[in-house]
Amino acid sequence: MRRGGGKQATNPKAPETLKTSRFYVLKRLWAYLFHYKWMLITATILMVISNSFSLVGPYLSGLAINSIQPGEGEVLFQQVFFYVGLMIGFFVLSSVLEYFMQILMIRLTQRTIRRLRRDVFNKMAELPVGFFDKHQTGDIISRITYDIDTINQSLQNDFIQIVTSAITIIGSLTMMLIISPILTLVFGVTIPASILLTKYMVTRFRPLFKKRSVKLGELNGYVEEMISGQQTIKAYHQEENMIERFDEKNNEAVTAYYQADYYGSMVGPSINFINNLSLSLVSVAGALLYLFNYLTLGGVSSFVLYSRRFSGPINELANIISELQSAFAAAERVFLLMDEPSEAKDVLDAHVFDQAEGNVRMNKVNFGYSPDKMTIHDLDFEAPSGNVIAVVGPTGAGKTTLVNLLMRFYDPSEGTIELDTVDTTQATRESLRSSYAMVLQDTWLFSGTIFENLAYGKENVTTEEVEKAAKTAQIHEYIMSLPNGYQTVIDQEGLNISQGQKQLLTIARAMILDANLLILDEATSNVDTQTEMKIQEAMQELMNGKTSFVIAHRLSTIRNADTILVVRDGRIVEQGNHEELLEKEGLYSDLYHSQFELSA
Amino acid sequence: MNLFLEYLKPLFGRMLKGFSVKFVGTIMDLFLPLILAYIIDVVIPTGNINRVLLWGGAMVICSILAVTLSIKANRMASGVARDAVEDIRHDLYDKITYLSASQADQYGTPSLISRLTSDTYNLHRTIGLMQRIGVRAPVLLIGGILMTVTLDPVLTLVMMGVLPFATVTVYYVSKKGVPLFDLLQQEVDKLVRTVRENITGARVIKALSKTEYEKTRFEGVNQGVVDAETKANRTMAATTPLMNLFLNLGLTAVVLASAYRVNAGLTEPGVIIAFMTYFTIILNAMLSITRIFVLLSRGIASADRVHTILHTEPELEIQPLDQKPDTAHIRFDHVSFAYEKSYTLEDFDFALNKGETLGIIGATGSGKTTIIKLLLRLYDADSGSIRINGKNVNSMSLKELHTKFGAAFQKDFLYADTLTENIDFGRNLSHEKIVQATEAAQAKEFIDSLDEGLEHRLTAKGTNLSGGQKQRVLLSRALAGNPEILMLDDSSSALDYKTDAQLRKALTEGYQNTTTIMVAQRISSIQQADQIIMLEKGRIIGKGTHKELMKTCEPYREIYYNQSGGKEIA
Repeated sequence: MRRGGGKQATNPKAPETLKTSRFYVLKRLWAYLFHYKWMLITATILMVISNSFSLVGPYLSGLAINSIQPGEGEVLFQQVFFYVGLMIGFFVLSSVLEYFMQILMIRLTQRTIRRLRRDVFNKMAELPVGFFDKHQTGDIISRITYDIDTINQSLQNDFIQIVTSAITIIGSLTMMLIISPILTLVFGVTIPASILLTKYMVTRFRPLFKKRSVKLGELNGYVEEMISGQQTIKAYHQEENMIERFDEKNNEAVTAYYQADYYGSMVGPSINFINNLSLSLVSVAGALLYLFNYLTLGGVSSFVLYSRRFSGPINELANIISELQSAFAAAERVFLLMDEPSEAKDVLDAHVFDQAEGNVRMNKVNFGYSPDKMTIHDLDFEAPSGNVIAVVGPTGAGKTTLVNLLMRFYDPSEGTIELDTVDTTQATRESLRSSYAMVLQDTWLFSGTIFENLAYGKENVTTEEVEKAAKTAQIHEYIMSLPNGYQTVIDQEGLNISQGQKQLLTIARAMILDANLLILDEATSNVDTQTEMKIQEAMQELMNGKTSFVIAHRLSTIRNADTILVVRDGRIVEQGNHEELLEKEGLYSDLYHSQFELSA
Repeated sequence: MNLFLEYLKPLFGRMLKGFSVKFVGTIMDLFLPLILAYIIDVVIPTGNINRVLLWGGAMVICSILAVTLSIKANRMASGVARDAVEDIRHDLYDKITYLSASQADQYGTPSLISRLTSDTYNLHRTIGLMQRIGVRAPVLLIGGILMTVTLDPVLTLVMMGVLPFATVTVYYVSKKGVPLFDLLQQEVDKLVRTVRENITGARVIKALSKTEYEKTRFEGVNQGVVDAETKANRTMAATTPLMNLFLNLGLTAVVLASAYRVNAGLTEPGVIIAFMTYFTIILNAMLSITRIFVLLSRGIASADRVHTILHTEPELEIQPLDQKPDTAHIRFDHVSFAYEKSYTLEDFDFALNKGETLGIIGATGSGKTTIIKLLLRLYDADSGSIRINGKNVNSMSLKELHTKFGAAFQKDFLYADTLTENIDFGRNLSHEKIVQATEAAQAKEFIDSLDEGLEHRLTAKGTNLSGGQKQRVLLSRALAGNPEILMLDDSSSALDYKTDAQLRKALTEGYQNTTTIMVAQRISSIQQADQIIMLEKGRIIGKGTHKELMKTCEPYREIYYNQSGGKEIA
């Protein structure tokens, strides 16, 4: 009953320890910030100034009070007014400065995050399609939303905190050293203790924060998957069951969150404790020093004051450690995705197909999605320019794999595929792929107008071209029946567009392309035969002069193919045209005749 | 906001307990400087080492109490946040599950996903942090103010003069902030949608070399999120400096006022110095409180989005019992239905007896799938009634209705789990039933060829199966429950003819009592049906058996000749 769907999605490959080390993540994050080094420097300077200003205020008020000091009837109003005026000036200035610093930080953060998001997306765009076949969509979405947002929040809030705290700590430490080096020694014990404790806790709790990100990713994966399947879930009355499973995932996610919080929230108070402890130590030690005449009372008092000043920012730092840890865990997941191997780069001086003639050859091609299980064996065939090649065979025989190889969604493990005698691995993917027009069974439309969806494959398409394609694909009439015609926005779910209509739209999209090769993988499987026949003519025209690969179960649609490849278990078992194959009385003829057998 | 009240109310007791613990912890923290001052001012001058050590010990004890109580309180707060969010998420998912199809379409899948994820994370963050800062700050604020009152109530009043300004600022900013954060979340919806589209469309995008285009498109979406967030954060950024300014101006006013008061002999200069110390505490507390409001704005925006869904009026409610005596198993009584304006189905009428098979054929977009959706009551008919055993489907409970069916849709849903789980689909069917179903669905052969057989794990959306294999698994799922009504929506399109024929044979032999509705493109798939309906643009243009239709329905005959390769084979 338990689903473990996210399992393979979380850690696609054994993470190299080097790549997940804290230092490595920090370095990469820093590289992002460093792009905006001038903003960073300006922000830091502003922080220093506004922090110093915050000290000027009390100083001025001290002076003002001094002027009040003389007491009843003796107050030096002139001076008081002067200092009060100065105070107002400084406070206004300091607030303005602070505001600008905040704005600057927002800019800096947003730019950094924009770059990070863009890099993740660009990476995604370059990943091989196989990656998306293996990973849960929701988990990937989670990385680009939740994980990046966690980094975002941390940058926005914690960076200022860290710098401010650092400035105060350094300042106070200097003052303390000046007052009494010996007492600083006492503090010298507590600081390493704080650091060691922090380090220990941070290392111990790291897996918890990682788990928190991972579990949220899994929950996201589940949600994405199940919301996509709502209709089926309803039809089988599995709502309650799916809610139960959701509850499990939800519980895991909130528990992981809680666990990280549970231990993470120890860090702040613990550091606080060490500080308080050292404060007690300092007081006692200071008192003793005073009693043995090593220190004046005033010295003790101001030392204690500074050390309190000192412990404040350390506490605040300690309190944001769990935020930082979440951000690190999130960054790690983001970088792991970025480090996934992309589609191999095009070779140097790669061939660029321009108006390919369309001679396709497969030479002894072997291929398997995983190395231990081959899907395609010794595939050998030739498709001369302009020919129609039909691929038939039982399900799972490797027909779609053939498409994957032709389009270079995957590369063969052995053997070569040639287009116009050029080994396709020696050419740019883009030029190879744009040589093909492709219609798949699994239609894909995006949220945009119908026009945008149809014109998607080609730039600067005219309205006439689009309408012509839609007419030939027999979908124009339907489009015109919609309230806004071609400008109707389709949601991806496209509730009132039937599966068959979606296929017709994708066919129209392919018709607009000027590619010299064509792949039709079950392109009309959900289209009724009458409509199919009507577009058949257009399809024939479309195929005219193009090397076409057609995968279809309706053998009527492939009867006219120049060559029919009959594939079984990844091997070509028969090859020839319709008549030849029928004569052979092999698998093809079996398949062909079965369509007229009745089930009575 | 209502959402917070609704879900935190049952946890008030626990929150209160946590707050008390935190309160005591905070007090302990505050004792430390007092003791410290006492040591320096009183104890040290006496020169008594033992008393120094004694008070030092007291400090250590306070520290220990402070640390234990703080950790305890933090954990309790995390616990409250966990439970509240778990409940909110559960209820939200539950609600989404029971939204009607048209309601779900209206929100859109990406928005539903981001409400369940991004928005609930925001809530978790908000509830957690609010509790943590929410106690300390008010305690310090009130404590600080009380201390100043004991020093000089008049000066306190002067300082409090800025409070209205502070309140207005906080009110104004959070009022502006909530809609801005709402806009941000809407941009996040778009982000989710774009990423999702790019994942599902990876093949097409690559095939059409639109990678660069998609990158640009994402750039726009990315910029949208960045702009919305910048705008929201900018508005919020004004709060802290403004608060700082107001309070500091208050302080300046205090200095000025005290100058007069001291001059008039109403107060001592020493009092002002003490006043300053407490002022720092008050200032920090106010800033923390401001931070809570900033946090809350984002939280409220998310809470409202969740709330909207939770309070969506349920559609498709169960109507009062509507039962008529009827011999037919399934009856569509003059049903009309439209998704939007134009009619998708018009005056659709048929009756099917138990164990019979209805075949539906018709052009793309003629309303075939809609019939199945109506029977499942994913939508309600606009007029006419749909009855099973005489009972109107709109008067049946979801359970009563939906446990009758086995259904395979065109673009159906497989998920990352074993084949068994995908076929069983939560119904706890016996192993034999599953195996039987795979046999009938012609899936057994390929399943047996897999190393793990039925325990073979599918990847998300079943991407590691071929199109035909997927359909067989879906068919197995539809058959495995031995359903009362079987609905197959073009679910043999990826099967070759031979397999399709074997499937049909298995259906007629093994599922005689099952009433079947079968949508198909090939006449051969439905030729043996007891009744065949030919649809055109939502209207019935032919009804009868294959033989009858061959005689009476010209379009049907045409299709038949086309599909049989021109020959008539009886």
